Amino acid sequence: MNTLRLSSRKGIRMLVSAILLMASASVHAYTVYVSSEKDNTITVVDGDTLELKRTVDVGARPRGIALSKDNKVLYVCTSDADHIEVLDLDTLKVIHTLPSGPDPELLVLGPEGRYIYAANEDDNMVTVIDVEKRSKVAEILVGVEPEGMGVSPDGKWLVNTSETTNMAHFINLENLQVEYNVLVDQRPRVAQFTPDGSQVWVSSEIGGTVSVIDVASKQIIRKIGFAIPGIRSEAIQPVGIRMSEDGSRAFVALGPAARVAVVDSGTLEVEKYLLVGQRVWNLDLSPNGKRMFTTNGVSNDMSVIDLERLKVIKSIPVGQLPWGVVVRP
Amino acid sequence: MNNFGAACLLLKLCFAAELMLIIFPVVAVDEVQVTQKSIEIPIALFSQAREEHVPISLLDPIIDDSGLAGAEQGIRDNNTTGRFTGQKFRITFHQVNAEDSPVDRFRQQYALGIRLFLLDLPAATILELADLPEAGGSLLFNIGARDDSLRTHACRENLLHTAPSRAMLADALAQYLAWKRWNRWFLVVGRHAEDQAFAEALKRAAARFGGKLVEEKAWTFKAGARRTDSGHTQAQQEVNAFTQVRDYDILLVADEREEFGEYLSYRTYLPRPVGGTQGLAPRAWSRVHEQWGATQFQNRFHRTSGRWMSELDYAAWIAVRSIGEGATRVRSGDPAVLRSYLMGPEFKLAAFKGSAVTYRDWNGQLRQPLLITSPRVLISVSPQKGFLHQFSMLDTLGFDRSETRCR
Repeated sequence: MNTLRLSSRKGIRMLVSAILLMASASVHAYTVYVSSEKDNTITVVDGDTLELKRTVDVGARPRGIALSKDNKVLYVCTSDADHIEVLDLDTLKVIHTLPSGPDPELLVLGPEGRYIYAANEDDNMVTVIDVEKRSKVAEILVGVEPEGMGVSPDGKWLVNTSETTNMAHFINLENLQVEYNVLVDQRPRVAQFTPDGSQVWVSSEIGGTVSVIDVASKQIIRKIGFAIPGIRSEAIQPVGIRMSEDGSRAFVALGPAARVAVVDSGTLEVEKYLLVGQRVWNLDLSPNGKRMFTTNGVSNDMSVIDLERLKVIKSIPVGQLPWGVVVRP
Repeated sequence: MNNFGAACLLLKLCFAAELMLIIFPVVAVDEVQVTQKSIEIPIALFSQAREEHVPISLLDPIIDDSGLAGAEQGIRDNNTTGRFTGQKFRITFHQVNAEDSPVDRFRQQYALGIRLFLLDLPAATILELADLPEAGGSLLFNIGARDDSLRTHACRENLLHTAPSRAMLADALAQYLAWKRWNRWFLVVGRHAEDQAFAEALKRAAARFGGKLVEEKAWTFKAGARRTDSGHTQAQQEVNAFTQVRDYDILLVADEREEFGEYLSYRTYLPRPVGGTQGLAPRAWSRVHEQWGATQFQNRFHRTSGRWMSELDYAAWIAVRSIGEGATRVRSGDPAVLRSYLMGPEFKLAAFKGSAVTYRDWNGQLRQPLLITSPRVLISVSPQKGFLHQFSMLDTLGFDRSETRCR
């Protein structure tokens, strides 16, 4: 009896949330794109219905992906092809390529959308690319194995991390000079500014921490550590970071620990760990701020997190070794 | 290891130093000048000439390997970081003849102010150098010797090991075999002392991880040249006859000089795989490994050296990078300060193995995951899941704290 009542109540709740979901779906249609580095594809998923729409073949080893400012094209770092491919999102065809320097891994766009900043992991360089002229504008020498890239909201700073040098390099975007270097923990992967631009968060995969750097003073305010009962500390390897729209929360993908940490940006304390797929690497938010999508490299899927309830609601199989994810409104 | 108070004091100093160096204001885009106050950190690599090693396979290049190319890659990586921190690393190379002692050269280098040494030398020579009065204030890295004795009782305060011990390699393989449940082993041992030593390590691993030696035989045929006409006929006959023993799951060969192990695969009397020093082999490094960002690392090495990285190169790279990482964090090239930091809880080095490598504070051995390789692809990485340890899973490989007399 008891169980029956419980399950029927649960059923009603699910029905209600399904209706709510459908209601919100009709208002905010959006699409999720996932790059998979092993089978060289971009997977297209409907953000509302969570249905797989298409799988598009691209160049060798697609990793970092980013949308153009007008949301019309997707820039894809095809690392083994040594260039950036430009995927038209209406036709889902690669329309041209951009010269990126060798082995591009991650890229970001400047605030005006004209310049792409790409990390050349094999070359200790950050390449600046003009998307209109389709040409390389500058190369900036940084540390060994540059990886993470973050642009401050005001467009003043580009922060690049170098995996073997273990630094966050602050590059002044006006003169393209490296002006400050902040030493962080081992193998820094991702640099993410807070929406107000006052802090940049840098994840250290092997160090197992996230360094919160004050942009004004270039000082580390706090190193956030993670502890999950039953998980070895070596398996906790922070990579992707994403802030909520209002900046109140940060989400940190913890790699082989198969968890996303939810961090209160005010107290810098971990609120909760959410169980997702294996080797979770990157994440992105839906435009309405209600869902988070994560790429899970080893389990070949994408987890969908309901941000209101902080619960994982679905896993969607995508390509092999999914790497990057972006959401297009 | 000893003197707790001093170590704690040093740690505090290190911590303070780290806080001070969190930001380094700098410098230019392409021409990066090193500030005038930059410190120079010189390192010396010592090795002893040995007989040219000619691999059996015609596909393997003959490399006159001293680990120098790996050390130089470490220097380049350190100096890229050094551009931002005002530290400049350099390495000098000293090779002595097989019959000569490196002691005098070591003293000369010490007199020139060198305090950081990489040693690719036999265990006895390493101890001879480590026990010199000059070496007392120096830090030595063993990059080549795999002798377990250096890790179990002949430990030295000033000596760290970036080369894995034979016990670590054998344990790494044994864990994988346990996972496969290939528990019945046929052991084939070569004629050299190091082959015996690796066989001992395999026996120890068998006892630890549930392997059973169903047969042990010594390989006594003389090693031949790799270019022999009709050599295959002889090997075909020899191995077929030699391996007629009772049933087993895998043949494990101990042939560190690579004189015959390569001949065993596909020629055994029973259709069984071959592992050990050849075939399914535990390695600290291999060309077949490209996980965890190793792609760029392998490419970088190949571009400058024109060949693929050897295990000795990798051990040399780790030693130089340990020095670099330590020097960056504690802002010093002083051997005592560096040692204290490297052996302490703060030190972690990313070495393309998926988790940080660190040093065991009881015997100075580098903890590291080990690759289980076939000649053409990566098979697995040990420690295997399920082998647990109260401190670090990496300590399931090799001699644990309680198993050594070193403290």
